[in-house]
Amino acid sequence: MLDTSPRFDTLPPAPGVGYKPQHFADLMDAPGPVAWLEVHAENYMGDGGRPHAQLRALQERFALSVHGVGLSIGGEGALDADHLARLKELMARTQPASFSEHLAWSTHGAEFLNDLLPLPYTNATLQRVAAHINQVQDILGRQMLLENPSSYLAFAESTWSETDFLAELVRRTGCGLLLDVNNVFISATNLGYSPQGYIDAYPLEAVGEIHVGGHDEDTDDAGAPLLIDSHGKPVVDPVWALLDYTLAHTGARPVLVEWDNDVPDWPTLRDEAMRAARALSPVQ
Amino acid sequence: MTVSQDIFRKALLDAEQPVPSGLLDAQGDAAGTRFSVYRNNVVVSLSEALATAFPLVRKLLGAETFGKLAAIYVRAHPPTSPLMMFYGKDFPEFLDGFEPLQHIRYLSACAQLDFAMRRSYHAADAPPVATKELQDPERVMQARFSLAPSAVLLRSVWPLYDIWAFNMLPSAPKPRAIAQDVLVARPEFDPQPHLLAPGMADWLDKLNSGHALGPATSEILEIYPDFDLTASLALALNAQALVDYTTKETP
Amino acid sequence: MSNTMKTVALASAVAAAFVAQSTTQADAAAKEKCYGVSLAGANDCAAGPGTTCAGTSTVDYQGNAWTLVDKGTCAEIELPNMADGTERKGSLEELSRDLPA
Repeated sequence: MLDTSPRFDTLPPAPGVGYKPQHFADLMDAPGPVAWLEVHAENYMGDGGRPHAQLRALQERFALSVHGVGLSIGGEGALDADHLARLKELMARTQPASFSEHLAWSTHGAEFLNDLLPLPYTNATLQRVAAHINQVQDILGRQMLLENPSSYLAFAESTWSETDFLAELVRRTGCGLLLDVNNVFISATNLGYSPQGYIDAYPLEAVGEIHVGGHDEDTDDAGAPLLIDSHGKPVVDPVWALLDYTLAHTGARPVLVEWDNDVPDWPTLRDEAMRAARALSPVQ
Repeated sequence: MTVSQDIFRKALLDAEQPVPSGLLDAQGDAAGTRFSVYRNNVVVSLSEALATAFPLVRKLLGAETFGKLAAIYVRAHPPTSPLMMFYGKDFPEFLDGFEPLQHIRYLSACAQLDFAMRRSYHAADAPPVATKELQDPERVMQARFSLAPSAVLLRSVWPLYDIWAFNMLPSAPKPRAIAQDVLVARPEFDPQPHLLAPGMADWLDKLNSGHALGPATSEILEIYPDFDLTASLALALNAQALVDYTTKETP
Repeated sequence: MSNTMKTVALASAVAAAFVAQSTTQADAAAKEKCYGVSLAGANDCAAGPGTTCAGTSTVDYQGNAWTLVDKGTCAEIELPNMADGTERKGSLEELSRDLPA
């Protein structure tokens, strides 16, 4: 009988990187401190070819995190049944150590808008998102992690803080959380609150994975700072500091470096992973 | 003030619409251009996806013109699936009806080729035909083949292969004013376009619809006396465009 | 030409094709299987969110006015309207096979 049990059933509390095909050979030859990889689910939902072949090779060597960008878990409409079926097939094929998605919406009617769009934190949103998380976890037969968004604006109608909203989702669905500290830093700057205060109020016991990444700096109409979640630069020092602050409370967790735009050569990305390893070493 | 996703979506793809009220900045004032971050993300990300997806069209038009075209297309035709790898299926049709570019009449055909390359890249893997089993001269005439999932046949009244080569291969000559059929096929992982001699597209079509090799070739030879079976079969096998026949339907 | 002779002629043509083919396949088998990035133009699109922002919050929303703002390679290609001497619309047909769901 074939052994179909996953090779890696948890993400190690070590550095990981967002997988880019141009780094395939380097990762296979000299991954440095990188112990696990995150792949965007939708890029591996074709029928075959190189994406499938690379994933087959990578899953022999690395623990994998499948990170969805298209489920629209905060959408007002029903979840896309076809997409859920594709996701289930991908999970069976890949046997990842983790599956995560975003607290956001991206589908409207038949349209997929290709961005993580924001949600008001209301009771109605809470009920809907909880129902969608339950549905995903039922279909996949496993716990999922939910990632906090980067916010550029707030909804007047919100009645929950983001941290309380996430804690209540964890309580209602048993999902875990993906804490993106770069998103925390962006949202805190854009909406004028303390990033450390956010971490203090956040349900840290549910954190299964942490993200760091680079962002761009801009200003809004009023000249106030507006940070943009571009994933196209090195992680800035205040975000590394926020990671240290977080790890001091959570202990060692899997930490992912995200770099999706203007993807650098492997040594540059490896250096970022080394930096994450240094952040993890005091809490190992 | 409730900002429904319907309201949000309307303002997102139409900058003539006001920013929905009920969206705030850090001071609790109206969000204003902060909403433009989302507008920008959607249009820029979709335009970049389109540019990646249609490299030949982009080269023919130039990056700047393509960017302007993309900004129009992505608002009119946002994706209908989260699988961005298949975004732009109706881009060729859109180009056919896009008035300002009617003078570049082969553009739509080039978009079809770009899309075929991408479709081939993501198509299912399939073992190529087992040629060892086909050494018996009598049996080989009765052999049937299907096109591989990664093989796409394009018939064009334009010099489609020449246009592709002129843009993508170093020092390829200018396109000749002839009609060309193109086979996109994928040995291993990288799709390649192949120029098909007259008759070969029909021959592949016949094979794919269940005609055995012998009868299909004889029929093609009657229409195209110069049809070269050795060259055609070698091309199809080398390109790994053929797999064992899979459909049970009789021709 | 008798039917038997035709079969023999076709069979030898097929045999010649196999000879040409087996050489190339041996070469291909020696290549690395899935290293490296794909050839230009064959790659998949970028994933959506997380990869989306170009780092600016403004973009030209005026899509109506149209001019060819730069010159691509199409400026170097001169083709008569009727490439094959026949006026045809919808110049391209494709073997029908549906996209994966």
